[in-house]
Amino acid sequence: MSLPLFRPGQTVRIAARTPAVHHRVPAYAKGKLGTIERICGVHGDPEKFIGSDGKPAQRLYRVRIPQKTLWPDYSGTAMDHLDIEIFEHWLEAAE
Amino acid sequence: MSEGHDHEHDHSRTFQADHAEPVSEGARVGLALRALLIEAGHYTANEEQEVIAAMQGASPENGARIAARAWVDAAYRQRLLEDGANAIRELGFALDPYEFTVLENTAEVHNVIVCTLCSCYPRALLGMSPAWYKSSNYRARLVREPRRVLAEFGVTLGEDVEVRVHDSTAELRYMVLPERPEGTENWSETELARLITRDSLIGTERRLKV
Repeated sequence: MSLPLFRPGQTVRIAARTPAVHHRVPAYAKGKLGTIERICGVHGDPEKFIGSDGKPAQRLYRVRIPQKTLWPDYSGTAMDHLDIEIFEHWLEAAE
Repeated sequence: MSEGHDHEHDHSRTFQADHAEPVSEGARVGLALRALLIEAGHYTANEEQEVIAAMQGASPENGARIAARAWVDAAYRQRLLEDGANAIRELGFALDPYEFTVLENTAEVHNVIVCTLCSCYPRALLGMSPAWYKSSNYRARLVREPRRVLAEFGVTLGEDVEVRVHDSTAELRYMVLPERPEGTENWSETELARLITRDSLIGTERRLKV
């Protein structure tokens, strides 16, 4: 497996696409900016479990997103965050 | 009324089917798939029973044991936060094939767990998740207005505490490490474990009752 494309602390954007297959990115996180919280190893790609056993496997990250980014009218404080698991092929560098 | 059956109770009120039959198309497909997998030798019915028995043996007490150890052993706490999967193996637990991630509550941060896409939960470790955890109400609202949802659970947080929601969308399973209550400095690990509730391990409870 190749080296991680992203490093902890890096700013990334989550892709805004909607493939027709089962995927593990909820609509509310699509297109949003966050930072890599940690790298979580390599796992089967949920979009490839029909036909190819989840291969090629994908690197998984936890991405930290400010609540105010997710919901502009968020009523809590500016320091509230949401952490979410996102596979590498859904991320692009945004720095 | 048939012969020998002249008692008073009303069968329309007391009748219960003695065995739940699959009612949906999906349930029937599931049963057929299970039969095919066993027939094709992918696993045996005995292996399936062992997995079910192990899951039924799981309970929040396992999480309480892990958290109490972390409270009394700073080096263990460090290992647990850095590599949860290996740290729980030290205590005889495992959550394969999932990664196990422990999130530490502090005076400044409150962690709470949800799975918006379905209802992922470390079931093999903590047992069945509560019904509300699987509800669309909790799943939709916790990411959108966590402070309001937490307040409904009795957790009110000041503006000086960050709320950190964790959406369990893929391969990780989570547990919150609650804060150790004050006044428990001389307590044993076993006594401490008794304070730790299921909801405090999910993050819908914050101040443990002593």
